[in-house]
Amino acid sequence: MKNTPFTAIHEALGAKIVPFAGYNMPVEYSGIRDEHITVRSAVGVFDVSHMGEIWVKGPDALLFLQKVTSNDVSKLEIGKAQYSCFPNGKGGIVDDLVVYHYEHQKYMLVVNASNVEKDWNWLVENNTEGAELENASDNIAQLAIQGPKALETLQKLTFTHLASVPYYGFVQGILGGVENVIISNTGYTGAGGFEIYFYKEHAEKIWHALFEAGAEFGIKPIGLGARDTLRLEMGYCLYGNDIDDTTSPIEAGLGWITKFVPGKAFIDRSVLEKQKAEGVSRKLKGFIMIDRGIPRHGYPILDADGNRIGEVTSGTQSPLLNVGIGMGYVATGYDAVGTEIFIEIRGKAIKAQISALPFIKK
Amino acid sequence: MNIPQELRYTKDHEWIRVDSEIAYVGITEFAQGELGEIVFIEVETVGETLAEADVFGTVEAVKTVSDMYMPVAGKVLALNPNLFEKPELVNQDPYGDGWIIKVEIENLADVAGLLTADEYAALIG
Repeated sequence: MKNTPFTAIHEALGAKIVPFAGYNMPVEYSGIRDEHITVRSAVGVFDVSHMGEIWVKGPDALLFLQKVTSNDVSKLEIGKAQYSCFPNGKGGIVDDLVVYHYEHQKYMLVVNASNVEKDWNWLVENNTEGAELENASDNIAQLAIQGPKALETLQKLTFTHLASVPYYGFVQGILGGVENVIISNTGYTGAGGFEIYFYKEHAEKIWHALFEAGAEFGIKPIGLGARDTLRLEMGYCLYGNDIDDTTSPIEAGLGWITKFVPGKAFIDRSVLEKQKAEGVSRKLKGFIMIDRGIPRHGYPILDADGNRIGEVTSGTQSPLLNVGIGMGYVATGYDAVGTEIFIEIRGKAIKAQISALPFIKK
Repeated sequence: MNIPQELRYTKDHEWIRVDSEIAYVGITEFAQGELGEIVFIEVETVGETLAEADVFGTVEAVKTVSDMYMPVAGKVLALNPNLFEKPELVNQDPYGDGWIIKVEIENLADVAGLLTADEYAALIG
């Protein structure tokens, strides 16, 4: 099991540590609910150093990325980031990722920790364009500073004017006395805030600077448990739960990052374009429990007659709404908002309803 | 870790408080800590007579769900009425206000076969 540059800090803070994607990761500190509310109302810090970073460089980088990712990288300006996925050649998804256009002919791909090796092999295998690839995952630390007080916290530590960094934009600057920090207006919580990337030797310095700067706002460390409840309230997909090698981006509601623009000959384009035109037989939808119960990954989704019409991919009790929420694939026809469905929880059909995403409004 | 001497325990982290044939059952401080914040207690066996190690209910935390097992054979008399509105009592006071069910024990002698506080302490290390 690997450690992140912050593992010793998490242990000292009394975090509950669990093995996740090959790393010892903090799952909770003060409690999932408290951490969740902290991020929604103030500011919290997530160690997400387990995430993978892969550089793609050179004159062929763009052509290569246009082939292996579903979104339109030609539209991605320097200083901007883009959510995307790697189609797997069989209509499924290798991974979802964020593409950063770092500088001319240089991109950083941020991928899921559990998929770094799989993604790397996939990219190498498909790199007939001859783009220059570098796996920097073990050298780069990442923190997510999320919540309505994230900007004020970070602004104390840098001269870069953060309010002028647009959503899904990023800058590189000095933060807390550390040079070359990528400060990105992105996140996985819907609470606003930034994700920062830096070389791991600066980890402790940055952590302590953040907690000093955020003290007046009640800044807290946040574990993977609240990361999951926060992303689920927003309806964001989690690879391995909601999307995987067997789900298509069209089924998963990721048509908005699947761009059938002229000249973009990406992997699986024809099969996905056909799905978009002809429709798919199942769709990933959010639902909210009407009767009491908490949906969990793998629970069957039923119609009123008890026929199986799908399966839950993610679920939890929403700490904000105090009700069970989830996502799952349902057969087309049951996917309209407001449709009554049932979740089979320990042998009983519990009433739920297809809901618009996100579950909470900003 | 709080493991009261006067209670008996199971390897599945339930405790039982036996005063007479009427006993109280809950989950241990260790168990609630492992589960994290408890948001839902479901017991649908009230009125039923269950065997030792039968599932009498489930406890849902934010991240996970876990079954709860009868420490000894007996009849489930009641679910703690306060847990419907305040399941977090199980976190806050697992051996007191956070008790889960009241049971009528079939055979008091069965209790002697359960773990003592010291044995349970050794189990969870």
